[in-house]
Amino acid sequence: MALNMRQRARLSRGIQYAIFAIIVIVLIVVVDWKTFVDAFLNPKVIAEQFPGVLTIALKNTIIYTALGFVLALAMGIVLALMKISSVGPYRWIATGYIEFFRGVPALIVFIAFGLGIPTAFGFSLNTYLTVMLSLGIVESAYIAETLRAGLQAVPRGQYEAARSLGMTHTRAMISIIIPQAFRIILPPLTNEIIMMTKDSSLIFLVGLSAKQYELALFGQNGITEPSAGLTPLVVSGACYLVITLPLGWLARRFEARTAKMRK
Amino acid sequence: MADSTPRRRTAGAPDLHAEDIHAEDVTITDLHKSYGDVEVLKGIDLTVAPGEVVCLIGPSGSGKSTLLRCINVLEKANAGTIEVAGYTATDPDTDLDVMRRHVGMVFQHFNLFPQLTALENCSIAQRRVLGRETGEANRISQDRLDMVGLGELADRYPDQLSGGQQQRVAIARALAMEPALMLFDEPTSALDPETVGDVLRVMRELAQAGMTMIVVTHEMAFASEVADKVVFMDGGVVVEQGPPSEVIRNPQHQRTQTFLSRVLHPGGL
Repeated sequence: MALNMRQRARLSRGIQYAIFAIIVIVLIVVVDWKTFVDAFLNPKVIAEQFPGVLTIALKNTIIYTALGFVLALAMGIVLALMKISSVGPYRWIATGYIEFFRGVPALIVFIAFGLGIPTAFGFSLNTYLTVMLSLGIVESAYIAETLRAGLQAVPRGQYEAARSLGMTHTRAMISIIIPQAFRIILPPLTNEIIMMTKDSSLIFLVGLSAKQYELALFGQNGITEPSAGLTPLVVSGACYLVITLPLGWLARRFEARTAKMRK
Repeated sequence: MADSTPRRRTAGAPDLHAEDIHAEDVTITDLHKSYGDVEVLKGIDLTVAPGEVVCLIGPSGSGKSTLLRCINVLEKANAGTIEVAGYTATDPDTDLDVMRRHVGMVFQHFNLFPQLTALENCSIAQRRVLGRETGEANRISQDRLDMVGLGELADRYPDQLSGGQQQRVAIARALAMEPALMLFDEPTSALDPETVGDVLRVMRELAQAGMTMIVVTHEMAFASEVADKVVFMDGGVVVEQGPPSEVIRNPQHQRTQTFLSRVLHPGGL
């Protein structure tokens, strides 16, 4: 039997729906739903997570991320300007820094600042400083690249027009180039904040007091109680989504707006 | 340096805010410009008298845009001197930012600032460079937009305007700085044919008002009607210059004749 192209496409789609339906039916029949809910979504355990998961863990995750972001943005701006500098050594240093810290795992940097450097030089950093330095230093490499790309994405003619009107280099950057670059940068920058939110959990390895728990460690601590099952981790994970989903939504909105503007 | 250089004024320039237009001359002497090993300008001499309209014509790659961009130092000349609006553009001690206030530039691709309205495009440099109050800057901007026939569209953003309208805003933006002379870099080359006329009309009015203008263009009809002097360039040198009645209608050089026959009769033999 010969099928034309449309019939073949319809058949293929029908088969895919059928496979999906079979999987759903098998899951419903095979899975022991009471055990599943007890393990992942136990209402009693969920209630026990509050208010600590919000007042301690979520709050600390936001603080750690914000601290890291402030340093990352400040260093990122300096690195981006070094990367587009006409002075060779600045460019080389910035390139080396960016390639190095984008290439090594964030975990290594956290180990260095949390354990290695304090041990080697005989001093101690407090938790806030450790997370700020580790997160800031790693993420500044990503942010620098984003900023550089954004600045260079503004057409050369914009700069020439600004200079032709008598603006100095600095004035042209502040009044004309940076406002345009900012719109280009917002979506990728939002994605980097999402990445930082997740990476802030790496601070767990320096050892935190109960008051300093962030979401991941709070969840991990929750599941040490054998009867709790996995529910505390699910709650912590959901709290990450409380931060990252709105940010992702914002990023997409910025993107849509920028696309409309450039049309 | 000489921000206070005395300016000459055009005598008897008719209407179109003649009081705002200060015509200066341009003197270019033995100008050389290379990109790496490629010499684009091979010793250009050119003078532009106050109120004069000079059209630069020639095949692409002949160096006419480069010459124009050397005048307000968007490109740095390698040798030779340029005197413009009372400043020596080729002197490293010249404050180019001050000099450029007196030299308006209009680009092929308009280069309007997309995040600003037409009015704000005209006002921003007045405020940030000349230090004018917002109210005064906006008044002058509105006046210049009226002048180019776009007073009604002052609140539009560039992407809400046609190419021809954008180019007229770009002209208004340059005029709002009250420049001594205007440079036009192929101002109609990127436009839809039906909007070219509006831009050329504004430029013609500006020329009649006595503005000193240097125009890189392929619009031969405009050049022969409006230009006081036509300069034909080829291969980085000035081949021929003179009034349009000579250079366009009665060219002496073989290269000028070949170029003009190609431009005026495209597709012909």
